[in-house]
Amino acid sequence: MNTHDTSSIKGVLAAGTVAQDFTLHVTPDQTLSLGELRGKPVILAFFPADWSPVCGDQMALYNEVLPEFQKFGAVLLGISVDGPWCHRAFTEARHLHFPLLADFEPKGSVSKQYGAYRDADGTSERALFVIGADGKIAWSYCSPVAVNPGADGILDALEKLSK
Amino acid sequence: MSSLKVPVTSADHSEGPENAPLTLVEYGDYQCPGCGQANPIVKQIQKHFGKRLRFVFRNFPLNESHPEAESAAETAEFAGARGKFWQMHDALYENQDRLGVELYGTLAKKLGLSQPDLEASLEAGTRSERVRADFSGGVRGGVNAHRRSTSMEYGMTRLSISRRCRRRYNMPLKS
Repeated sequence: MNTHDTSSIKGVLAAGTVAQDFTLHVTPDQTLSLGELRGKPVILAFFPADWSPVCGDQMALYNEVLPEFQKFGAVLLGISVDGPWCHRAFTEARHLHFPLLADFEPKGSVSKQYGAYRDADGTSERALFVIGADGKIAWSYCSPVAVNPGADGILDALEKLSK
Repeated sequence: MSSLKVPVTSADHSEGPENAPLTLVEYGDYQCPGCGQANPIVKQIQKHFGKRLRFVFRNFPLNESHPEAESAAETAEFAGARGKFWQMHDALYENQDRLGVELYGTLAKKLGLSQPDLEASLEAGTRSERVRADFSGGVRGGVNAHRRSTSMEYGMTRLSISRRCRRRYNMPLKS
């Protein structure tokens, strides 16, 4: 479904752009910087809210597809404006096996950097970025907020990167 | 739009004529309530379209959310390898609130299948590769979750199939 790229319409950072570095809390007492992952493909999955039905489904799907992402050596990071304690509860409840980053303070600053912030709602967009080992965005996609974008676009992008 | 990345072949579990003008493919999870609710609707759709529809089932277990989904899928595959796929498929959906080894054994017995062979197969994961292959094909085709099937209503689905059929084959089907 993701062959149809709406990134330019929605204004999320487009393919070819250098992925800007950031540091966010991954647990209440630990942070993670994008730069630490340089050399591996990275999937950034911005989503509106822990616990919401579509986000829950989307993260549950990625949890299942994780081995397929790992075949490409890729690292998946979920990002929303929820705080690290909220992420922890959500992660534990859904048995998620990948980190959720808290774009919590200043609220949504990384989402804004990537053009993936919904001003009216105060949440991240449902936006996907695949970043190559070189630190450049290889593919991006902004999904309508109520639609789970699936994983096919991510896998297609990772496959292209690996060729 | 999601698209079918893995073409339907004789290796698929299918009901209805191979040359039917329509094929409906379900990616399903035996522990998913939405899929369970969709199963009788699929039956109605099959009844309505009759020989004009081929129905194909592929596995899409979300194991992290549904801990019994994989074993149920492997049980159906075990039965499928012995010519009893659809009987097991329906029985699993109809008993989805009781999924587990005890139920699988009971159903196997009812269908005249060997309970110890089934248990050995589940233990060894002899059917897991098939289930995994279905899942991977589904992911690449854009299957995103099972939620959409909870909103799958008989009338809407029937109408949607009829419309597609008219557009694609210029073939009016009674809807």
